[in-house]
Amino acid sequence: MNETITSHAVHRDDEASKIGMWLFLFTELLLFGGLFLVYTIYRHLNSAAFANAAGELSVLFGTINTIVLITSSLTIALSISAIKNNNAKRAKIMLWLTLIFALIFMINKYFEWSAKIHHGLFPGMEHFMSLPPGEGLFFLLYFFMTGLHAFHIIAGSIFIAVVIAQLNKSKITQDDYVLQENAGLYWHLVDVIWIYLFPLFYLIH
Amino acid sequence: MSTEQTALPADNFFNQGGKGLMSWLTTTDHKRIGLLYMYSIAIFFSVAVILGLLMRLELIAPGKTIMEASTYNKTFTLHGVIMIFLFIIPGIPAVFGNFFVPLLMGADDVAFPRLNLMSWYLYIIGAAIALSTLVFGEGSADTGWTFYAPYSVKTGTNVSTSVFAAFVLGFSSILTGLNFLTTIHRMRAPGMGWFDMPLYLWSTYATSWIQILATPIIGITLLMIIAERALGVGLFDPSLGGDPILYQHLFWIYSHPAVYIMILPAMGVVSEIIPVFSRRRMFGYKAIAFSSLAIAFVGYLVWGHHMFTSGMSGPARIIFSILTFLVAIPSAIKVFNWLATLNKGSIDLQPPLLYSLGFIFLFLIGGLTGLVNGALATNTHIHDTAFIVGHFHYVMFGGTGFGFFAAMHYWFPKMYGRMYNIKRATRAFWVTFIGFNILYFPMFILGLEGMPRRYYDYLPEFQGWQVVSTVGSWILVTGLIMMFVNIIRGARKGKPAGDDPWNGYTMEWETSSPPPLENFHQAPVFKKPTYED
Repeated sequence: MNETITSHAVHRDDEASKIGMWLFLFTELLLFGGLFLVYTIYRHLNSAAFANAAGELSVLFGTINTIVLITSSLTIALSISAIKNNNAKRAKIMLWLTLIFALIFMINKYFEWSAKIHHGLFPGMEHFMSLPPGEGLFFLLYFFMTGLHAFHIIAGSIFIAVVIAQLNKSKITQDDYVLQENAGLYWHLVDVIWIYLFPLFYLIH
Repeated sequence: MSTEQTALPADNFFNQGGKGLMSWLTTTDHKRIGLLYMYSIAIFFSVAVILGLLMRLELIAPGKTIMEASTYNKTFTLHGVIMIFLFIIPGIPAVFGNFFVPLLMGADDVAFPRLNLMSWYLYIIGAAIALSTLVFGEGSADTGWTFYAPYSVKTGTNVSTSVFAAFVLGFSSILTGLNFLTTIHRMRAPGMGWFDMPLYLWSTYATSWIQILATPIIGITLLMIIAERALGVGLFDPSLGGDPILYQHLFWIYSHPAVYIMILPAMGVVSEIIPVFSRRRMFGYKAIAFSSLAIAFVGYLVWGHHMFTSGMSGPARIIFSILTFLVAIPSAIKVFNWLATLNKGSIDLQPPLLYSLGFIFLFLIGGLTGLVNGALATNTHIHDTAFIVGHFHYVMFGGTGFGFFAAMHYWFPKMYGRMYNIKRATRAFWVTFIGFNILYFPMFILGLEGMPRRYYDYLPEFQGWQVVSTVGSWILVTGLIMMFVNIIRGARKGKPAGDDPWNGYTMEWETSSPPPLENFHQAPVFKKPTYED
């Protein structure tokens, strides 16, 4: 922290960018926090129904996606250490790998969701409406929370694509890579949220 | 007019950075963004005032007077949504925070100027969505601004659109808070430590934390309302395993801290004004700074007091009641410190100080009646009565509203470089203040006698005080018109005010009025102010 610089001299402040990003991550955590709260209370009120409904989910799919996302966290971290070593080429390769893992995650998600929808478990469908009380809530929360998470995967992927474009234009360099670091922070948050979603929906029976 | 204009410094932000509408709509200058907020907020405030006038007119006699019950429901909902989400929450932070947070700390702008402009656009988009509910489908929501389930899920009116508007406005509020927090952390002038900061910055700091930590909860809750309306899966329906009370909890987890988003900036404004007009150092600076943080923290834990009659366990009600009493302590600390500052000061009764004293008086009544609400036994009697309406108008309008007017009269000469007519401003204050009390004080009496809130009809024995209240609304609006006419005239034709018309202590008075594009002609260095001059 360099406290002596006057505000007039500084038009770039990496510390400020990172503070801004962390504050934004707090808001994201609280956004999901509201849903985790609702999940906890409804699981408590309908524990048998939730346990029953959770049996419908495929642990295999969930596990594969967890591994994919954790690996993508590794690749984005490697891309940041690459740019710190002034290796823009390796940084770009690692970011492309991260995007590929994100794509694999989404393809998996697509098959998983379509299987559920095929079984009529999407909110509002005929089979869904005939579920015993509580099970419908489980599937609503499942689609709501994994859907919101998937939305964040897409947002994070766009963020990473922007970083790649900036790397191509050499606007991100060894001396100025705060944008890439912020993309990394955001991507890690998306992963952390999944780490909680996975046991809550797939593992607890 | 042209002769007076030449007396203003030529290098001010109205001239620099381009002229014309487009230069304003694409500006990243925090001062221009503050004014953009002020003009848009003034428009929405006027709309909501007119809605309030119509409601008071409906209540002048029992039975239907000028509108149907369903119209009345829509009117108070829209009045609430506009006043809360478009005026009180953004009001002081977005207008005076944007304009003065950088100036008070000697910075040239906020930390993220482009994000700042984006917040304003989100605000305008949210406002447009909120007002669009008037013109399509079955009209604007009729649920009250609280959108309680299950009614908000079942009604045919445009609840989803209103709720989505609140979601977008919440995003705007979060980004503003994030911007100010980073600015306060990173951009203070050299030499300005945390405890050298003007108290307005402390209150902005506390407010911004609440904006960041509470707003996402309402965001996700409102999305749940939309999902429930679109899919109808029983998220808040007990027969399907849900719980309607959970909605109330989620709503108030945000919306109670939000009332501190509304009041803390006003307290900060008053803490700036009182030392200047009593020529004294602020009494208990640190106590005021820490009480802002204490209000932000404890205010997070009191939401349950909105639901004492909705079915909560005994221990939960007692804990929420105790915490509610606890949050009164830091507020009282502030009030006593303000009074101690005035004590033995050489008081100069200018309009900004008048509005600040009005704030203290009205906030005191609002705060003390808040304790009546917070006690379990009295709450049962007055829950959902006009008493509550009186209470929160004293706190929100008497507090935040008067704080807004105080800030407007205090910082006006810095913003426009001109002075309004002091005599007219004083006269407008008294009319507003008297009208305010005639309008809202009868609500306490009506509430104690059993007049429910949100009813367009009432028993004949309530009519006396209802008429008094309606007459008060006319006086209040007269005062508001006098105030705004005086302010607008001052902005166009007022005499040049000079750089420091009030002998202020803080850094915004060091630069010229209106300030140049980058705020200060040379990078300022913070010096501890000398008082008693």
